[in-house]
Amino acid sequence: MSGPVIEATNLKRVYEVRRGLFRAPGRLQAVGGVSFSLQPGKTLAVVGESGCGKSTLARMATLIEKPTEGSLKLDGIDAVNPPAGAAKTLRQTVQLVFQNPYGSLNPRKKVGAILEEPLAINTNLSAAERSERARAMMTKVGLRPEHYGRYPHMFSGGQRQRIAIARALMLSPKLVVADEPVSALDVSIQAQVLNLLGDLQSELGLAYLFISHDLSVVRHIADDVLVMYLGHTVEQGPKERIYARPLHPYTQALLSSTPGVAGTKRKRIVLKGELPSPLNPPSGCVFSTRCPHVTDRCRAERPLLRVVDSRDVACHYAEDFLAEPPL
Amino acid sequence: MALLEIENLSVAFPTQGGVMRAVEGVSLSLEKGEVLGVVGESGSGKSVTMLALMGLVPFPGRVTADKLSFNGRDLLTISDRDRRQLTGKDVAMIFQEPTTSLNPCFTIGFQLTETLRLHENMDRKTARRRAIELLEQVGIPSPEGRLSAFPHQLSGGMNQRVMIAMAISCNPKLLIADEPTTALDVTIQAQILDLLVTLQKERNMALVMITHDMGVIAETAKRIMVMYAGQVMEERAADDLFASPQHPYTAALLAALPEHSHGGRLATIPGVVPGLYDRPAGCLFSPRCAYATEHSRTVRPELRPWAGGQIRCHYPLGDPTREARLIADRPAVDTEVSS
Repeated sequence: MSGPVIEATNLKRVYEVRRGLFRAPGRLQAVGGVSFSLQPGKTLAVVGESGCGKSTLARMATLIEKPTEGSLKLDGIDAVNPPAGAAKTLRQTVQLVFQNPYGSLNPRKKVGAILEEPLAINTNLSAAERSERARAMMTKVGLRPEHYGRYPHMFSGGQRQRIAIARALMLSPKLVVADEPVSALDVSIQAQVLNLLGDLQSELGLAYLFISHDLSVVRHIADDVLVMYLGHTVEQGPKERIYARPLHPYTQALLSSTPGVAGTKRKRIVLKGELPSPLNPPSGCVFSTRCPHVTDRCRAERPLLRVVDSRDVACHYAEDFLAEPPL
Repeated sequence: MALLEIENLSVAFPTQGGVMRAVEGVSLSLEKGEVLGVVGESGSGKSVTMLALMGLVPFPGRVTADKLSFNGRDLLTISDRDRRQLTGKDVAMIFQEPTTSLNPCFTIGFQLTETLRLHENMDRKTARRRAIELLEQVGIPSPEGRLSAFPHQLSGGMNQRVMIAMAISCNPKLLIADEPTTALDVTIQAQILDLLVTLQKERNMALVMITHDMGVIAETAKRIMVMYAGQVMEERAADDLFASPQHPYTAALLAALPEHSHGGRLATIPGVVPGLYDRPAGCLFSPRCAYATEHSRTVRPELRPWAGGQIRCHYPLGDPTREARLIADRPAVDTEVSS
């Protein structure tokens, strides 16, 4: 058993926001202390609404952005202050698949050129070898050989996402960060892409950091789930535990408000209000402004992540929810 | 008499490569206070159908129908002047992207009162009072202050509430919501869906909900119309449709939902929606259908009454004679399907 592909401890990212000439810049904490680790062949899903910091987390995991605080190890190597000469290897261990396949492929390049570009930059392979590898990867992701010389606009959304996945896999990464990879696709196409991701994972032993807001997709693909709210982890643990028995009120609300077909009339928790401004977060629990079970303690004291019922949860009253009959 | 009656509606766009049939032979009737869900993948013609109804099909689109009437008025021959009276008052529409469908140059208050002053002939003061009332109804906190806000100062959820307030301001008989929650977060989506359903019940207005999300439709609509490549494939009561889909397309679509998976692989529909150049001669779904036969590849099925609704299929899944006829018509030889 090898070590984790990615190990993050207490990752933080703070942005300074200028607020004019005479006011001190504001501190926007996009991610405030997130820890996780991911084994090869496993999928960690990061769930949350827009503005919760999940994309900032993805940018840190892919080394686009440096964390302000905390440590990040990729495949055992320190990624925040990489040892001399390791930066290039690090960048090859992690690759990214974007949300919108219509925007993430260069319209002026043919599929072959798109797939070969990472090889041309990072390896010393000859043109013939590069082309051979690109063609092999195309078969792997279910594209036909004649697609090699076509431009992205000639493909449908699902096929473009296949191209984007193929491009991410060209350098044989260990970790693929997928930022909402299926949310722009139709249901029937979405199923095809999810199956492809699953097949590639079992074939290549990839680890996925899967970012999504769609809880039914997450339930299908993830092993572990990390629920974020306003930059903080509110609940984190194995998928089965969290879906069977969400212990944080935010997770409960998220799960109950995801519309489902099979769901006969479930009781829906409708949250009041909207996400508070991250420039001015609530003093106690980050969720206290919208929580249906809020007390004075929540407003004053920020709950820390602790283990309850074999998962981490940041709520003062997690045990009480566990004691109650399931929803 | 039904509130809305559509018979054999088609919308075609002439293009350089031939005539693009965005909507083909859609028939539908809607009673007062009814909630209809229209589902389909992108490009299935669900939005264009409703745009045709509103008279908003862009040039060079051509709308043809045997009948298109709303509340007893013929929408095919209506003059532009009369149509302007009707749309925004009796028929209102909510669009997908709230932030882009509001005018960025005018305040929320101006845009809300504009409708009221035009359709209800209210004076400035009454309109303003009514606008505040409306914003309160759709759940916007401190509505008086919001009247002078511009759309960019509000969040997506808030803007969608403003759109809804605008749409219901003249007590429409029919509200069309085109993907009203697609651009919003899950918890905000739940708020907006709740609001729409409550308003619909309170005012007993008919609601047409267009979406690609089966979950959203399951939670709101009583009757569902499934569209594919511009045609109605199936139309039935929601509970029946989810319990026992009759059209192979509906069944395949439901099976492809991640929530129906039990670990392992998801069921998929091979291939893609037919485009302008590869429109099949027979049933439009036949190239992707698991049960396609020679017959269904050559003869296009008609939309016909079936099991309390309508269906466009030669071999509905609940038909007892289906098996025998499938064998008699011999399965089609599988040509290559691109995935």
